[in-house]
Amino acid sequence: MNSIVEAMAPAAERVSASGFIKKNLREYGMLLSLVVIMAFFEYMTDGTLMQPLNLTNLLLQNSYIVIMALGMLLVIVAGHIDLSVGSVAGFIGGLAAVLMVEYQWHYLPATAACLMAGAVIGAVQGYFIAFHRIPAFIVTLGGMLVFRGLALWLLHGQSIGPFPREFQLLSSGFIPDPFGGEGLRVTSLLLGILVACGFFYMSLKERANKLQYGAAAEPLGFLIGKNVAFAAAIIYLCYLLASYKGMPNVMVIMFALMLFYDFITNRTTIGRRIYALGGNEKAARLSGIKTDRLSFYTFVNMGVLAALAGLVFAARLNTATPKAGVGFELDVIAACFIGGASATGGVGKVMGAVIGAFVMGVMNNGMSILGIGIDWQQVIKGVVLVAAVFVDVYNKNK
Amino acid sequence: MDAILEMKGITKRFPGVVALKDVNLAVRPGEIHAICGENGAGKSTLMKVLSGVYPHGTYEGDVHFEGREQRFDSIRDSEELGIAIIHQELALVPLMSIAENIFLGNELTRTGVIDDEATHRRTVELLKKVGLSESPEELITNLGVGKQQLVEIAKALAKKCKLLILDEPTASLNENDSQALLDLLLEFKSQGMTMIMISHKLNEISRIADSVTVLRDGATVTTMDCGDSPINEDEIIRHMVGREMADRYPHREPQIGETVFEVRDWTVFHEQHADRKFIKGVNFHVRQGEILGIAGLMGSGRTELAMSLFGRSYGRHISGQVLLRGQEVDVSTVEKAVNHGIAYVTEDRKGYGLVLENEIKHNVSLANLPGVSRLGVINEGREYSVAKDYQRKINIRCPDVFQHVGNLSGGNQQKVVLSKWLFAGPEVLILDEPTRGIDVGAKYEIYCLMAELAREGKCIILISSEMPELLGMVDRLYVMNEGVFVAEMDVAEASQEKIMRAIVKAGKD
Ligand SMILES: Nc1ncnc2c1ncn2[C@@H]1O[C@H](COP(=O)(O)OP(=O)(O)OP(=O)(O)O)[C@@H](O)[C@H]1O
Ligand SMILES: [Mg+2]
Repeated sequence: MNSIVEAMAPAAERVSASGFIKKNLREYGMLLSLVVIMAFFEYMTDGTLMQPLNLTNLLLQNSYIVIMALGMLLVIVAGHIDLSVGSVAGFIGGLAAVLMVEYQWHYLPATAACLMAGAVIGAVQGYFIAFHRIPAFIVTLGGMLVFRGLALWLLHGQSIGPFPREFQLLSSGFIPDPFGGEGLRVTSLLLGILVACGFFYMSLKERANKLQYGAAAEPLGFLIGKNVAFAAAIIYLCYLLASYKGMPNVMVIMFALMLFYDFITNRTTIGRRIYALGGNEKAARLSGIKTDRLSFYTFVNMGVLAALAGLVFAARLNTATPKAGVGFELDVIAACFIGGASATGGVGKVMGAVIGAFVMGVMNNGMSILGIGIDWQQVIKGVVLVAAVFVDVYNKNK
Repeated sequence: MDAILEMKGITKRFPGVVALKDVNLAVRPGEIHAICGENGAGKSTLMKVLSGVYPHGTYEGDVHFEGREQRFDSIRDSEELGIAIIHQELALVPLMSIAENIFLGNELTRTGVIDDEATHRRTVELLKKVGLSESPEELITNLGVGKQQLVEIAKALAKKCKLLILDEPTASLNENDSQALLDLLLEFKSQGMTMIMISHKLNEISRIADSVTVLRDGATVTTMDCGDSPINEDEIIRHMVGREMADRYPHREPQIGETVFEVRDWTVFHEQHADRKFIKGVNFHVRQGEILGIAGLMGSGRTELAMSLFGRSYGRHISGQVLLRGQEVDVSTVEKAVNHGIAYVTEDRKGYGLVLENEIKHNVSLANLPGVSRLGVINEGREYSVAKDYQRKINIRCPDVFQHVGNLSGGNQQKVVLSKWLFAGPEVLILDEPTRGIDVGAKYEIYCLMAELAREGKCIILISSEMPELLGMVDRLYVMNEGVFVAEMDVAEASQEKIMRAIVKAGKD
């Protein structure tokens, strides 16, 4: 019996590059399909997709979806769903407008109040879901109606704007550029290079760590190849952005949140517990995890992120309209599922959800450039969602 | 006589694992053929190949049934030929009735509409055959595991089966239910049915099997024909483990100290029926370094007692005191119980013990995440080495601890649950049927582990339906019946008969 285990162990550790790719196909497959989709639209739009102006727009357009997808991923992994995020985002946008435009609040306390309101909304919904075991689908379906209605009521059915200039900068501002290079924003480019190097360093360190404790690690050549490609992509994107107005502020926020949630889910006990909760709630509870409280917090977190997304969206349009955020929940949920999350909970990755959001975003953007009508856009998006999940499930069963 | 079933050169691979290597199996008509082997030897996998769970093309080799080569694409195909399988894990729908479950996917209809009357009639017939007197309308959730197992068999019989495959049918049954089940199988045999039975309980095999095939590491080691003489258990073990095993239980010299854990007047009401008292004022204590047994029949409330003590995980209106070294402690949540050094290893590993989609190492660390993290950040290196450590120590068979627990064999899953709680470092360890579905070799390892923990001064409470195990391992035991402790005895004076007598006597009073 021992001999078998020992004979197997080195084999597992001596993974070849091809074997490794095969095993992790799921993760890289997502990234690859994003690249393929981008290349496809780049070709179809005669290079419009990757033009600096369009690229900047694409990031701005998707930032709020990505921000909400981060929270939604946790909710879905915990085994729930949140249908109310679009309405909540719309409501919070309205609230921001009322506070800043009608009551003339300073933008900082107003922003803080809006985020707080988001937390409270999440807490109320989470309370019923976590402590009274009302299915999230029902509670948030109710929330979707309630907050859409409240948004209408708050704005008296009209649009309110414009916002103070400082607040607009949240979405329409770009990071400052002290080097002041005309034509090329050097800071943005430098930042991009820095981040790329940071990633490279981190993955090398992680590999060294794994080897140190004797676990199977990626083959070095593969790791370097992957990271060079990845770094090149980041630097190229940043170069494109730098040749327009530089990095949008909201991109920095989005990126920071992404890293933060990736860390939370992968490396912390909270993340681990959320996965356990979604995978088998009873087992998690019998392991001493406070599953109710954990579910509750995922909704509070979702509320805050939905509020932030609402603010970003309002700042971008520079008005709050009662229609803001309609249908966002669908894009956000689709992003998570395209990114490999499981509808039954317990499975999903932050980076997957982010990639999923960009898959949707690139398709939206590319199809709009191509002049495809909203009718066919929806059909195609729906097909892509089901196809992506199908491929994922099919691969897993094989 | 020609074989009714022949499997030739079966090889089945999973990513990173060869589960079966060129396995041969021949079963004669009308016999009971037992399959033995350690956890992860490939027994369940072989039966899944046979029954079409793994369709033709996903394995190598041929399956011949009734003289013809068969290529099953699904369970349906094998069922059509009269091969019925009862899986290791019960597969009944809890909120459906017995009748609905028996005919699920096979409904009796008249012009497309379910024929309730015929269903009822047939169900009554089938239940009678397996010796159940329940009403066909009874919901599955209201039945104990033993009865559920019988319903599974009735379900198989409903399909007019010629070859019945039972994967560890008695694993979760107590002595009496097991005996009844074996008698039933013998009766089926006398009616001409062929059966394949997988079991880790060698006494059962020697009682009913006509021949035995032993698998080791995914390969056939031998097939023994019993003829008239009963099978030699030690010989099976030798083939299974690949060496002699002198003892089934480790030798221990108990060093028993002060009372550590004490429970007074513990009363629990039923979870669903809030007016029904389920545990009725139980008192007991465990001393340092002692292994305490709790015997009793299925449904006597042993699991419920343990779970209610462990953070009120079962029941309502719980009252009573829990004392640790003379001090009353609060165990009202699992977290508090764990912090007080109490651990409960569940009997239902899939339902309550494991997160099947997670890796082995994540499951091992789950109950003690602080032990592998600092400031809430997990140290993956430590987590990995902890899991690796337990993999070695109690021999969890897996290519690596990155493997998803869902892909492990039943017995190895059990070992993961055990590792999880060992890593939580408990003072009082409650083990609920810890060796269910575990092979003889691994059982011995688990017993050694228990002995070791006891020697370190830990308290161990062993809940088991296997009397030999109780008598072999514990220092003292309580007998539980219908929510009360009806007897207490030192192991020196205990015997199977005495325990049964205590239960029967309590039942009569
Ligand atoms: N779906 C799967 N994916 C990967 N490996 C698997 C899968 N199913 C089974 N295995 C592996 O195949 C081997 C045989 O498993 P199997 O369930 O047949 O064992 P078993 O003999 O029934 O053991 P037990 O007595 O514990 O039930 C094990 O090593 C197991 O880890
Ligand atoms: Mg098995």
